[in-house]
Amino acid sequence: MGVERTYKEINARIKAGKAVVLTAEEVIGKVREQGLAKTAAEVDVVTTGTFGPMCSSGAFLNFGHSSPRIRMSKVWLNGVPAYTGIAAVDAYIGATEIAEDDPANNNYPGEFRYGGGHVIEDLVAGKPVKLEALSYGTDCYPRREIETTVTINDINEAILFNPRNAYQNYNCAVNLSDKTIYTYMGTLKPRLGNANYSTSGQLSPLMKDPNFATIGIGTRIFLGGGIGYVVWNGTQHFPGWLKDGEGNIIGSAGGTLAVLGDLKQMKPQWLRGTSFQGYGATLTVGLGIPIPILNEEILRYAALSDEELHAPVVDYSEGYPNRVAGNLGLVSYAQLKSGKIIVQGKEVPTAPLSSYPKAREIAHILKQWIQKGDFLLGEPVQLLPGPAAGLTGKVLEIK
Amino acid sequence: MAPHKIVLRFTSSTSDRPIIYHLVKDYDLVVNIVKAKINPHLEGTMVLDLDGERYEEGIQYLRDQGISVHPLTQEVVRNHDRCTSCGACTVHCPAGALYIERPSMEVQFNGDKCVVCLQCLKVCPVRAMEVRI
Ligand code: SF4
Ligand code: SF4
Repeated sequence: MGVERTYKEINARIKAGKAVVLTAEEVIGKVREQGLAKTAAEVDVVTTGTFGPMCSSGAFLNFGHSSPRIRMSKVWLNGVPAYTGIAAVDAYIGATEIAEDDPANNNYPGEFRYGGGHVIEDLVAGKPVKLEALSYGTDCYPRREIETTVTINDINEAILFNPRNAYQNYNCAVNLSDKTIYTYMGTLKPRLGNANYSTSGQLSPLMKDPNFATIGIGTRIFLGGGIGYVVWNGTQHFPGWLKDGEGNIIGSAGGTLAVLGDLKQMKPQWLRGTSFQGYGATLTVGLGIPIPILNEEILRYAALSDEELHAPVVDYSEGYPNRVAGNLGLVSYAQLKSGKIIVQGKEVPTAPLSSYPKAREIAHILKQWIQKGDFLLGEPVQLLPGPAAGLTGKVLEIK
Repeated sequence: MAPHKIVLRFTSSTSDRPIIYHLVKDYDLVVNIVKAKINPHLEGTMVLDLDGERYEEGIQYLRDQGISVHPLTQEVVRNHDRCTSCGACTVHCPAGALYIERPSMEVQFNGDKCVVCLQCLKVCPVRAMEVRI
């Protein structure tokens, strides 16, 4: 039996400034050099990171009350609608929302220059944002309209709450058709012109704890440059394994996280308004999770490398839109990062959509926070379902 | 008068024509190819210095071939603060001006190679590529 550690022991070492922390990239070399047992005995925490577009993101805002009061049944921020079907002067600005007069894909492929994600970036950057609201007027909330500007400091709360972030793995997207297509995986040129992928591979949080042995409700994380928490599993959380033809495990996929944090302490360089030509607006989110090395088994997964982690290659011209099962093969992240992969016998250039250099920076920032004693690990009050739970997606039947 | 600096953009159906030959032979123009790039999909961009009395006729000939012709008055620059080094632009840059440095995976921009095709302005998700006129 190898080393065993508790959260309490690790946090005591963090407070004492003695914790040994490596990034998910650094730990790979360490394990190769000196083996699992010795590394597990030395390392307390492995930090991960990812910086990519995460559409299921948004922020709850509370604007405070005007005189006379307004309930706010409709809200626009810089012209982008926010959801108001909740209490007075609360609203949720979703990352993918666009202005009602945005031409969207009527001007195919649309540009989607400004959406909810951009509003969030502007708020975090402290820029003034135009607030417009309408209401039907009640005895207690008589005002029917308001127009003003707000900054993040003027409003009561700004809470980033992202119901589906940190996707464990993504398809590597290609286009088998004869025309360019515009997808959430970027612009895909015809006839296998390019292959786009979107995780940080060996730095990617959920690929490094695929059993959800440490990540759960209450896990403290790096979120948008500030501190956030895992609050639940994400929507569409169906964690499982990727297997090769012989049934060997060659990666994981399907897990997601719901995360939350105080937007007021986040930073615009880690929350970027993002536009996908022909697809829509979104938010690029910086997210990093510390993995406590409670035992050797947890380290074994945390030390998986790009050579051992894979993604399925999927056609986004036919297969994906029509929900046809199957894929065009599995490729390793090492292959994806090399700049080319082979699909159907053809060499295809690859491009990432999530930034590996920024993911590395996040893992380093998190490492520094922990080393300085500023950031203690949150022990989950409940772990999230892992692959053993056998969760699978339901399909929507048309009745 | 100094030669005109122009950018030609080809689609796959126009990239296989011997246009330089025709510009020289039929229109008596002096042609200097500053940069030329064609991608595997046969879409191409060419930057030319073009000079001669029948310049306007030559330009008309190019347009008649379905080739888009623009004066080279623009320069594409990268806004460093906005660029996240994601790499999404690198497979769309026909000139290799935007490329990933390995193993760091940092995205580099070499303005000298840029043929001002403006592809990166459309595909960059955070609008880090900008035109300077
Ligand atoms: S405009 Fe952009 S895509 Fe085109 S050559 Fe220059 S850098 Fe490359
Ligand atoms: S797509 Fe934009 S952000 Fe990404 S590397 Fe290219 S210029 Fe930078």
